[in-house]
Amino acid sequence: MDWTLIFSRAVEAGIGSEAIIYALAAIGLNVQFGYTGLLNFGQAGFLAIGAYAIAVTVSTFGLPFFLGVGIGLLLAVLMALLLGIPTLRLRADYLAIVTIAAAEIVRLVVRSVALSDTFGGTDGLQAFSGSFYDMNPYPPGEYGIPPIIGFDNRSMWVLTVGWVLVALASFVLFMAMKSPWGRVLKAIREDEDAVRSLGKNVFSYKMQALVIGGVIGSMGGFIFALSRSAVQPDLFSTDLTFYAYTVLILGGAARILGPIVGSMLFWLLLIFIGTGMEEAVNSGAITFITVNQVGAIRLMLVGLGLMLLLIYRPQGIFGDKREISIDAR
Amino acid sequence: MRRAVIAFTAFMGGLIFVFLAGASTAWAAEGEEVKGTLRIQGQPVAGVKITVATDADAPVGEATTGADGAWKVAVDKAGSYKVTLDQATLPAGKALRDPNRGTLTVQVFEGNARNVLFGLVDANAPPQGQQGDGGGSSYWTRVAQLVFEGLNLGLIIALGAVGLSLIFGTTGLTNFAHGELLTIGAFLAFFFNTVVGLHLLIAAPIALVIAAALGWGQDRFFWGQLRRRKTGLISMMIISIGLALFLRALLLFLFGGGGESYDQYVAQAGIQIGPISATPKSLIAMGIEIVVLIAVGLALTYTRLGKATRAVADNPALASSSGINVDRVIRLVWASGTCIAALAGILLGTTQNLNFQMGQQVLLLMFAGVTLGGLGTAFGALVGSLVVGMFVQVSTLWIPPEMKTIGALVVLIIVLMVRPQGILGRRERIG
Repeated sequence: MDWTLIFSRAVEAGIGSEAIIYALAAIGLNVQFGYTGLLNFGQAGFLAIGAYAIAVTVSTFGLPFFLGVGIGLLLAVLMALLLGIPTLRLRADYLAIVTIAAAEIVRLVVRSVALSDTFGGTDGLQAFSGSFYDMNPYPPGEYGIPPIIGFDNRSMWVLTVGWVLVALASFVLFMAMKSPWGRVLKAIREDEDAVRSLGKNVFSYKMQALVIGGVIGSMGGFIFALSRSAVQPDLFSTDLTFYAYTVLILGGAARILGPIVGSMLFWLLLIFIGTGMEEAVNSGAITFITVNQVGAIRLMLVGLGLMLLLIYRPQGIFGDKREISIDAR
Repeated sequence: MRRAVIAFTAFMGGLIFVFLAGASTAWAAEGEEVKGTLRIQGQPVAGVKITVATDADAPVGEATTGADGAWKVAVDKAGSYKVTLDQATLPAGKALRDPNRGTLTVQVFEGNARNVLFGLVDANAPPQGQQGDGGGSSYWTRVAQLVFEGLNLGLIIALGAVGLSLIFGTTGLTNFAHGELLTIGAFLAFFFNTVVGLHLLIAAPIALVIAAALGWGQDRFFWGQLRRRKTGLISMMIISIGLALFLRALLLFLFGGGGESYDQYVAQAGIQIGPISATPKSLIAMGIEIVVLIAVGLALTYTRLGKATRAVADNPALASSSGINVDRVIRLVWASGTCIAALAGILLGTTQNLNFQMGQQVLLLMFAGVTLGGLGTAFGALVGSLVVGMFVQVSTLWIPPEMKTIGALVVLIIVLMVRPQGILGRRERIG
């Protein structure tokens, strides 16, 4: 059992690119689900749009990197509008089903053979992150606290940009939620009809929440694509959305710090348990499972964790039980 | 609260126990390999030679597809490999869809089995993209064949969707774990079929009984307890997602990530009925599906229990005050819904490979069927599913087959825009 390896991997995952990606996805969900009570089950689609916008713009069409970023943000807005118009007037579970279907449509389109010249089919796209890493201010080398944390200069650049994005999104959200605008969102979550009777345009507020959450999600997609320097369609399956929900509920919905702490803790625990079990199997401490089955056990724990959280502590770490209006409309 | 903890733990424990017997047979891919299954329109193609070479053209190994169309070649390390299908060994009348893609370069990752797909077509059939303009007899043959396949798919979706819709109607729960109920049914039958060694015709009924018991237990010890705790519907919906993730990973843990198939009814020669070619097993499966669906329909309309179910779905409080034991009705709905879903899983398993994601893959189609028909109405779910299944298959006339699911999902979204209550739903249901 190499405990240094186990701790090192766990801590690196807790502050690494996964934590950033899921934090951004969960911050987006926080705007939609936590504050406004909208059930967006298609966050994976927004991440896919962000990731593929950069990849296709740069890799397929050879256009500048920042144009890809712009297209990604624009497409995320468009997708949110497209989803919101038919469904925001309907009950919550309709929005859930429509968004999950939309995210699957996005995934099936980018993985299709017919469009593989543009999107690369199931193998995805590579070679688009060059100009991003050209901007890297870190000189080559290893950074970190030697025995536990160690990142190369490329990872450091991704982590810096990623955490700045997380901080920025959180700060904007913090200010927004203190404003009258934020109070209307929370009021919609509590009682939509009451807000409507005060003369507010509920549909418009919900739409704004959907768009903002989707845009933050697509930023998670940027980091997803850049940290791997590759995009693959099947990374954006519906499971990604559900992990993001687990992250959000673990940290506490309707709290600024909820998604961030939730994401760090989620990955820390997941990798700690996963690597711990792999090491235990390799060293012969556990004999009844194989290394390949460790992955399945990790997934089981996520599912179990999500269920237990919602049953026994729906407010997560930071939340307030009264504020978790889990029966949103 | 404590009761719920104990009940929950017991339920999960029981579930694991049921499968643990199968754990000894659990196998995951050891080492790296390249593998695949050659099929044409769902029928395996045997006797085709496939060679694997490294990137530098050093030969690694070769394999010939077996009676089930499967082949695999072990490779000694991760890396890039060239997989070549020897087109001369293809049976007469079969050809690669794209003759230039006889050699594929694939990446094999550490400890992974890489699936390689070769797209095959009937060499006699006209190439794609040219059928639409003819309007001749071959076009209509194709339409008839697709309608038949659509009916086949639609009936399987309907079996799953009826349970989904009844559970939604009686409890208000949008059950995202319903797809896994299909998978569990399929794998229960797989367990009794290949591990215990019973014929599928004996294994399947045993699996159905266990599935019904699982459904009953699921409500008795889990969902029922949550209802008693007054857990909100959205909360329950997310809990069902957690349950789905858990069950899917459990199946992956026990049976591995590869495709499995039953011992019987794997490959059957097709028979020609008018313009349609079909396997006898798919005809029998369709017969079973139709009989079960009619039985469910009659039971809902004419039996006391069926009437009680519809009463509960309509208005639980009123049903309760008129002397119906609502909890008992819901429990029976769960038991029968899970049993029917398991049947759908088993029948699906006879026409395609079993894998831990098979239920998840049809879940969205079931949702589409249920929404199209109107949430909470069993008959609506039936009609909606048939329409969805038909649409998915027939749409391949105009769009590539890999995109057929997209069509169904787009229709789902459009239906919600135009007529959110579905075909047979009533307006007030959308709240």
